Amino acid sequence: MERHMHSRPLFHITKKDEPSFLVRSLTVLVAVILALLVSALFIHFVTKLDPISVYTSMIKGAFGTKRRTWITIRDACLLLLISLSLAPAFRMRFWNCGAEGQVLIGGLSTAALMIYFGDKVPGAVLLMVMLIVSALCGGLWAFLPAVFKAKYDTNETLFTLMMNYVAIQLVEFFVDFWDKKQSHSVGIINMNTSGGWFPKVFGQQYGLNILIVVVVTVFIYIYMHYSKHGYEGAVVGESVATARYAGINVEKVIRNNVLISGAIAGIAGFVEVSGISHTISKVTAGGRGFTAIIVCWLAKFDPFRMSVISLFIVFLSKGASQISSDFGLNEYASNIITAIMLFFILSSGFFNNYKISFSHGRKEGD
Amino acid sequence: MKKLLTVLLALFMVFSLVGCSGGKEETPADQPAEGYNGPKIGVILVGDENEGYTYAHILGIRDAAAKLGIPDEAIIWKYSVPEDQTCYDMAVDLVENGATLVISNSYGHQSFMQQAASEYPEVTFVADTGDTAAVSGLSNLKNAFPHTFESRYVSGVVAGMKIKELSDNGVLVPENYTSDGNVKVGYVGAFPYAEVVSGYTAFFLGIKSVFPDVEMFVEFTNSWFDLTAEGTVADDLMSQGCVIVGQHADSTGAPTKLQENMEGNKYGFTAYSVGYNVSMLDVAPDVALTSASNVWEKFYSYAFTCWQNGDEIMTDWSEGYETGAVEITDLGKAVAQGTQEAVDAAIAAIKSGELHVFDASTFTIGGEVPTSILGDVDADFTPEKECLIDGYFHESEFRSAPYFAEKIDGITTLN
Repeated sequence: MERHMHSRPLFHITKKDEPSFLVRSLTVLVAVILALLVSALFIHFVTKLDPISVYTSMIKGAFGTKRRTWITIRDACLLLLISLSLAPAFRMRFWNCGAEGQVLIGGLSTAALMIYFGDKVPGAVLLMVMLIVSALCGGLWAFLPAVFKAKYDTNETLFTLMMNYVAIQLVEFFVDFWDKKQSHSVGIINMNTSGGWFPKVFGQQYGLNILIVVVVTVFIYIYMHYSKHGYEGAVVGESVATARYAGINVEKVIRNNVLISGAIAGIAGFVEVSGISHTISKVTAGGRGFTAIIVCWLAKFDPFRMSVISLFIVFLSKGASQISSDFGLNEYASNIITAIMLFFILSSGFFNNYKISFSHGRKEGD
Repeated sequence: MKKLLTVLLALFMVFSLVGCSGGKEETPADQPAEGYNGPKIGVILVGDENEGYTYAHILGIRDAAAKLGIPDEAIIWKYSVPEDQTCYDMAVDLVENGATLVISNSYGHQSFMQQAASEYPEVTFVADTGDTAAVSGLSNLKNAFPHTFESRYVSGVVAGMKIKELSDNGVLVPENYTSDGNVKVGYVGAFPYAEVVSGYTAFFLGIKSVFPDVEMFVEFTNSWFDLTAEGTVADDLMSQGCVIVGQHADSTGAPTKLQENMEGNKYGFTAYSVGYNVSMLDVAPDVALTSASNVWEKFYSYAFTCWQNGDEIMTDWSEGYETGAVEITDLGKAVAQGTQEAVDAAIAAIKSGELHVFDASTFTIGGEVPTSILGDVDADFTPEKECLIDGYFHESEFRSAPYFAEKIDGITTLN
């Protein structure tokens, strides 16, 4: 043990500047190729299947038919929307882990409006009302932790996480309240009348979903880069003291940015309930509120990177489900393949931001 | 840079769209290498083989297919499908890949199956355990539910025999009795839903047929499958003195907890488990008596035969001991002497029609022998159909899903 004290560590890790786009893209490409190779080993040796046919199956699962492609795009859009919602908060270093609950509350308010007004109010009016109400509800769900953070410096990670459970319990309560059979399932709301459902736009069932996501993407991009508030958020994220010194009203900036964050998550709940599933249950958010954290973080809050990553993650999950269907592999095997992919891509981010330098020559100490 | 990324994304999307539309005509997505081209059966499952309820369905489908010579390639499986839009997406995907019969195995799948059924009238959709096929106005939507109340009754006979043995041997402790001197029985229920009410009432009546002085306490977990909650509720029931804990929830949580309590002698007495779906002997070898269970192979054999012959599947399928569609699992070593004989006698009586599970002379409602019980058989939340005919409640005859929802005397719900 003594001798180790004099030996140099084998390698050093140092931070470096972010490399050029080309280098970064190449790193990701290498990561994907390595991931495919390692997964192939797993597929060949553990599941005894042919890796090429497994990969083909994944691609077919996500893009094999026109409908599957649309579903993949639809789900990627939803994940992107939730990821976008996190950006204004995350950039202030406000760790909003409550997107799951904000989506649920947005979805719950949408479901309530569909149930009570689905057949009474004209479609376009109802959609507008649902959009606004879901944004307000999602905003409120994020606003509460923000107020406490701004006023009393409470821990927003715990606060937003706990708000998720409050949202889940509220949804559970209303599911039982609306389900007169006590079977704990609301079923499809307004199945016969389609009241409060997204209409087809551009002849596409999911046209409106995509439109909303595109609008929000552009909005977030402009907001983060060209608005005063967005800029102030970035300053607060870098240093609260600097922000104060520069005369920024930190409390107000936190409140407003988080309000926007929650409102967008609430709108995601509206898109999910009114535009996709037409029902509400505690799985309506389906863990996307947490997956979105990975997306937002990997993309470094950049809306365009987020869209690529969202699409990739949804592709992996559709692919995994197709593998289990085609080869009778259970979820665990599919999840391992997904995990290998994510592991390599996450690691590639490390090599883009850090440099490893090895110490040469001296091998004392063994 | 961002532009480049956007262009790449756009290219990726375009490429994938082109990629799929190009090859679509020649080879449907799920075409297996063997080149099976006949009609297919699509199966939508809420879990996979790791979950008892779904595993029973997987076995049933495999057995039925093997019996009828349906090749593996003719069945497309979709595992772990949640009870949301995913179910509809999967149903339509199955149809697009050649399925002419689509089956889902969980109640919550039903409305999504109904949506798909209304769009594809030429395909038959079966929502197992569902209740709206007959009233949906769709001729291609079907429901199936075995006479589980019969196997619950028989599993109640097993529990009754055990209580009788414990009582005769004088091993019951004071906590096991209510103030009225009845032996306490517990039941872990999923939801206060007709299917569950029908099940625990049948179980209770089975116990009473052997040992009349019992009272049952039902506590709900508000989940169909929750290992932790089922264990907690079982422990709670045991702490209140219940000596038997039955269940209508799909995990092994309750028997596992009872086994653990027995090993640690937590309450100074042993409580015994009556499970559901699968044998609990693996997780609770000393305290599991048996489990009420369904033989889904019977239904699938029937449905697949119809499918092969081009016959229409009946709208509401429900069968029980008479055709072997329900059973109880192997008896554990803890059962009382003479249990097998009592079980055989009860099954024989059910088969011959001599014994009816909901015989109105065996229970009271509000202190009175019932003369009329209405059932909600059209899924409109209000009971309207007289089901008490010829002295017994006709369960699962007017539709497959259970509709006995009365609160009979002797059963208390705790939450």
